Amino acid sequence: MPVKNAIQTIRDTLHQVMADDDRVIIIGQDVGVMGGVFGATAGLAEEFGEHRVIDAPLAESSIVGIAIGAALGGLLPIAEIQFADFIHSAVDQIISEAAKIRYRSNNDFSCPIVIRAPYGAGITGGLYHSQSVEALFFSTPGLKIAVPSTPYDIKGLLRAAIYDPDPVLFFEHKNGHTYRGYKEEVPDVPYTIPFGKAAIRREGEDLTVISYGLMVHYATAAADELAKEGVKAEVIDLRTLLPFDRETILESVCKTGKVLIVHEDNLTGGIGGELAAVIADEAFWHLDAPIKRLASPDIPAMPYAPSLEKHVMLNQEKIYAAMKELAAY
Amino acid sequence: MDSEQARHEALGLTADDLLAMYRYMLAARAFDERTMILERQGKIPFTVTGVGHEGAQVGAAWSLRKGIDIVLPYYRDVGVMLVLGMTPYEMMLGEFARAGDPNSGGRQMPKHWGSRRLSVITQSSPVATQIPHAAGLGLAAKLKGEDAIVWVSFGDGAASKGDFHEGVSFAAIHKLPVVFFCENNLYAISVPLERQSPVPNVADRSAAYGIPGVTVDGNDVLEVYRVSLEAGERARRGEGPTLIEARTYRFDPHTTNDDDRKYRSREEIDSWRSQDPILRFSAYLKEHGFLTEEEDLALREEAKATMLEAARAAEAAPEPDGPSALRYVYHEEEGP
Repeated sequence: MPVKNAIQTIRDTLHQVMADDDRVIIIGQDVGVMGGVFGATAGLAEEFGEHRVIDAPLAESSIVGIAIGAALGGLLPIAEIQFADFIHSAVDQIISEAAKIRYRSNNDFSCPIVIRAPYGAGITGGLYHSQSVEALFFSTPGLKIAVPSTPYDIKGLLRAAIYDPDPVLFFEHKNGHTYRGYKEEVPDVPYTIPFGKAAIRREGEDLTVISYGLMVHYATAAADELAKEGVKAEVIDLRTLLPFDRETILESVCKTGKVLIVHEDNLTGGIGGELAAVIADEAFWHLDAPIKRLASPDIPAMPYAPSLEKHVMLNQEKIYAAMKELAAY
Repeated sequence: MDSEQARHEALGLTADDLLAMYRYMLAARAFDERTMILERQGKIPFTVTGVGHEGAQVGAAWSLRKGIDIVLPYYRDVGVMLVLGMTPYEMMLGEFARAGDPNSGGRQMPKHWGSRRLSVITQSSPVATQIPHAAGLGLAAKLKGEDAIVWVSFGDGAASKGDFHEGVSFAAIHKLPVVFFCENNLYAISVPLERQSPVPNVADRSAAYGIPGVTVDGNDVLEVYRVSLEAGERARRGEGPTLIEARTYRFDPHTTNDDDRKYRSREEIDSWRSQDPILRFSAYLKEHGFLTEEEDLALREEAKATMLEAARAAEAAPEPDGPSALRYVYHEEEGP
């Protein structure tokens, strides 16, 4: 079985889907001749033509708006926002339009688009090439949100997203580890992973760590380290946020009695608050410790200087420390 | 009179066509007037009208092929929807937010159109968001080799938004089969055109996209039909989009929640009365012997009666079930 990183997997998945289905088109800035700034669409314009892999003007609102129109016209468009930080120009199209088309038309219309957007810090990207933006969309029913952390999941979730009858935001962590460094076996055959089904990356009885994206890699490594000291942590990778897998979360928390939620996005208003509320509502009597959240501090965005970024960003050590403290509670 | 006669003949319109167009204009006016009364009576919470726009709307819609061309109308386009085949009763179901409202089942405010059956794409309240959708629909039609053109309308206010620029620009770059139709009534709620646009005509902006821009007298139904037909044919030939600006005037406030006395004088409104597209078309028809004064009065009465009857029937229709508000957030598997 071939071993691939995330970028190769995205590219191969897009290739496979486009070869099988004429309805699939890609639209975004630099996705055509250049093949995307990260290379996720490399060679696709050459293979499928510039009419299906469309270099869009530098205008995010219309990249999404045109994708919506194309979907209404019977295509399955994949819009690429070059960096999640630039998605804000397209928020009206995403929240006012894509998310509401089925609802407002009483099911007469639907909006099957995928918006791919590389997100996250750790690339010395400064304020505008480092953001996590999932919380902004998390309170918008009508949208689905995927945040895959591994190449295997990327393939299954991307295919599922393209054939999902509703709009999907597909956030890919873009740092050196998640986009290129981490590799694993990815089957050639097409497969899908259902939305709303978390993966347990590591089993354990002593505490639960819930995370997604890059932080899953750090949390798993921290759990391995902690295991050497005899503390067994269960690490849950949510894979999708809208919907998120309540069942797996609650089952694990009921088993361990302790839970740490880790995300790269800011603490306040982040996904962790909602997860904590669900756990408090539905698993309160199983808890042996307060629900803990570990997230980026509440600053507007990531500063550029490496020393500043290092201070702000979560890493394996910070997660390890938080896990250890919770285990000892 | 001979040259006047040549106008509709040159356009290939028969007396029957002209009278049908006129009846749609009267119907649009009567519909709007009835909805305004319904709001004042407290029977519906809100409405928005297009009184004064009927010539622009019917002239443009008459150029479209029903069920083939894809239409994205905005919230004043009663005349467009009537021509495309939405019945007054169906439209009244929307005014009363009844379960049978074909646009949204009572979920949206009145005149937020959408009907797959009629090839009318669902619309929202934020203005101009539909303009990139039109470009995307044009792209899909072109890729699929379909014969359809896409027709999208909006007000002069929408032309100030970024989505207008982005959508028109993309359609022009890719020569997409789209007709952009601006119903310029000179006000974005209270803000007059000269506070919105540094150039006198919305169509002047077409120069920036390298496409034809046409400013047309929006109160002249035949002239609007002529330029719309031309733009549609151009789109069908694969030559790309056209930006049409139909200059008109809104006689009513922006919506029933607006008091337009705060921003325009009664004298100004009255000065536009002689330009009323219905008056002008009525005069044209009479001049050419297609309509008598008695027939005109009868048609107007008939339109009023139709709308009153449609309103009565819609008022009696059932409301949507409360719990149905939770449905269709996402795709639902077939079931009850």
